[in-house]
Amino acid sequence: MFYRETGQFKASYQDDQALFPIDQDRYVIFAVLFITFAVVPMLLNQYWLNAILLPFLIYSLAALGLNILTGYCGQLSLGTGGFMAVGAFSVYKLMVAFPELGFIPLVIISGFITAAVGTLFGLPSLRIKGFYLAVATLAAQFFLIWLFNKVGWFFNYNATGMITSPPMTLFGVIITGPEASPVAKYYLVAGFVAVFALLAKNIARGRIGRNWMAIRDMDIAAELIGVRPLVAKLSAFAVSSFYIGMAGALYFAVWLGSAEPTEAFDINQSFLVLFMIIIGGLGSVLGSFLGAAFLVVMPIMLKNILVDGFGTNTALAAHIEIITVGILIIGFLIVEPHGLARLWRIAKEKLRLWPFPY
Amino acid sequence: MLFFIEVALSGLMAGVMYSLVALGFVLIFKASGIFNFAQGVMALFAALTLVGLMEKFGMPVWLAIIGTIAVMIALAWLIERLMLRHLVNQEPIILFMATIGLAYVLEGMGDIMWGSDVKVLDIGIPQGAWDWLWDQGIYIEKLEMFAAATAAIMVIVLAIFFQKTRIGRALRAVADDHQAALSVGISLHTIWVVVWSVSGIVALVAGIMWGSKSGVQFSLSLIALKALPVLILGGFTSVPGAIIGGMIIGVGEKLAEVYFGPMVGGAIENWFAYMLALAFLLFRPQGLFGEKIIERV
Repeated sequence: MFYRETGQFKASYQDDQALFPIDQDRYVIFAVLFITFAVVPMLLNQYWLNAILLPFLIYSLAALGLNILTGYCGQLSLGTGGFMAVGAFSVYKLMVAFPELGFIPLVIISGFITAAVGTLFGLPSLRIKGFYLAVATLAAQFFLIWLFNKVGWFFNYNATGMITSPPMTLFGVIITGPEASPVAKYYLVAGFVAVFALLAKNIARGRIGRNWMAIRDMDIAAELIGVRPLVAKLSAFAVSSFYIGMAGALYFAVWLGSAEPTEAFDINQSFLVLFMIIIGGLGSVLGSFLGAAFLVVMPIMLKNILVDGFGTNTALAAHIEIITVGILIIGFLIVEPHGLARLWRIAKEKLRLWPFPY
Repeated sequence: MLFFIEVALSGLMAGVMYSLVALGFVLIFKASGIFNFAQGVMALFAALTLVGLMEKFGMPVWLAIIGTIAVMIALAWLIERLMLRHLVNQEPIILFMATIGLAYVLEGMGDIMWGSDVKVLDIGIPQGAWDWLWDQGIYIEKLEMFAAATAAIMVIVLAIFFQKTRIGRALRAVADDHQAALSVGISLHTIWVVVWSVSGIVALVAGIMWGSKSGVQFSLSLIALKALPVLILGGFTSVPGAIIGGMIIGVGEKLAEVYFGPMVGGAIENWFAYMLALAFLLFRPQGLFGEKIIERV
């Protein structure tokens, strides 16, 4: 009743091809943007912004990136942690070397650097498929982390091997480093995520996105109808790494403040982001957000319930937490293997008919 | 030259240890098409159970091993009953992620049941240098020779099991074609329990070897990551591939670490195996012994 396209007539091709062709979708997007930028920072306290919303937004960006590669183009990758490290280390080097450029251009440049690295490691995908490729991308993960650990140039030869983000300002407000306020960080990250999420949606429905999906669904058939696998696969690796690199840059510079490659970007990051897109929904922009929300909020909730609610000691709570996460993941895959985004799609179908189901 | 031989030999032995883990992967992938990421954690879980049974209940070694095998079989049954049965016909990536979830569960359970401190596993496998080779000036661990012999015996036993027994034939039928196997009356559920039990036992052997070598601790579960390049090098579906792949990786890794590592600052064993496997893959995308991938539109 509320969600239907009846009576919404399209008078031009432009209308017909709009990003959100149905009015209700458009209103929802505007509402979400309004809440994100106007309501949330007013309502929530610093803990919420810092401990939940920042990681949620940053992981959403990373999940978006991986979803482009795995969900839209069908290339399974386990190198996400490594690519995030590339983004983090390039933004660090750039912040130290060219602080006058401003933070936002630097993050975008580090995204491009990661895109170049990602394309390089995407080259085997032209020959190798499926799980063989997944294991091959692990080479990227381990090699990159090793590189950032061993080569002093990347962390400016300091003794600890840690990188720490220097304070930078945007319009006179400090946005990185320890003095930055959570609200400023939140606005910065939310801005990035909003812009690039819309961009991702746009890319995915266009020519490139359709090429990716053709490759995903059956690469030989796609090749036969004229999709060039070289261009499609490598562009997916490039765009995906661009997003993941920016996520890594924000993850290090805005959220963590300082990072050390083996801890912050290890293989568990790769799995975490992969879980996000699978639980959220492969090949769905919305799914990336839902998956990130689920996996960022759930462990914190579990921990709070166990430690504060039942008074379990932290070591046991950590074990129970990891078991519960495992069980939830398995349960989720059994109940809804197509992810949270599918649930939303079903809900939309129901909403169209509601309250008269026949 | 002697040094080169020593390095190559010890690489060969280390490679066999990787193969032990890779074998478990291959068995499950062959029979069900599942890429079982939990194999490393299963090795850890088996070793933890073995140590726990010996320490906490004071069982003799042989009884503890039988007990652990029983636990692994029970575990296989549980996994089939609670997880795999509900995931039939899902895409491979979903099954893969489910096994990562399984890895989390097993890891947490092992820690809760047996504690997370490092344990010594001693079931009487000979330790120390091998005297005869040591006289020639080459240092080889007895343990590693023992592991190599065990791996050889295991491969032979598995080969006989696959080729000669009724269940083995059923396993191969399932590996070839799920539907055809079902239609001639082979129960997929039973087969999966059998396969997961067998790979649980293989995990136990791997856990014993690695546990005797470096203690039973969390890092044991990370050997799964060591076995992955072995797997892609040998091919996901080939038992001999797992063994030969392990040897190639082991020797290549050791030689690279000794001769090439110092040039770039060392600690390259984490990624070198992957790069080596990747280089092989560029020429044979299905691994050395993998089944040829035939694609049709």
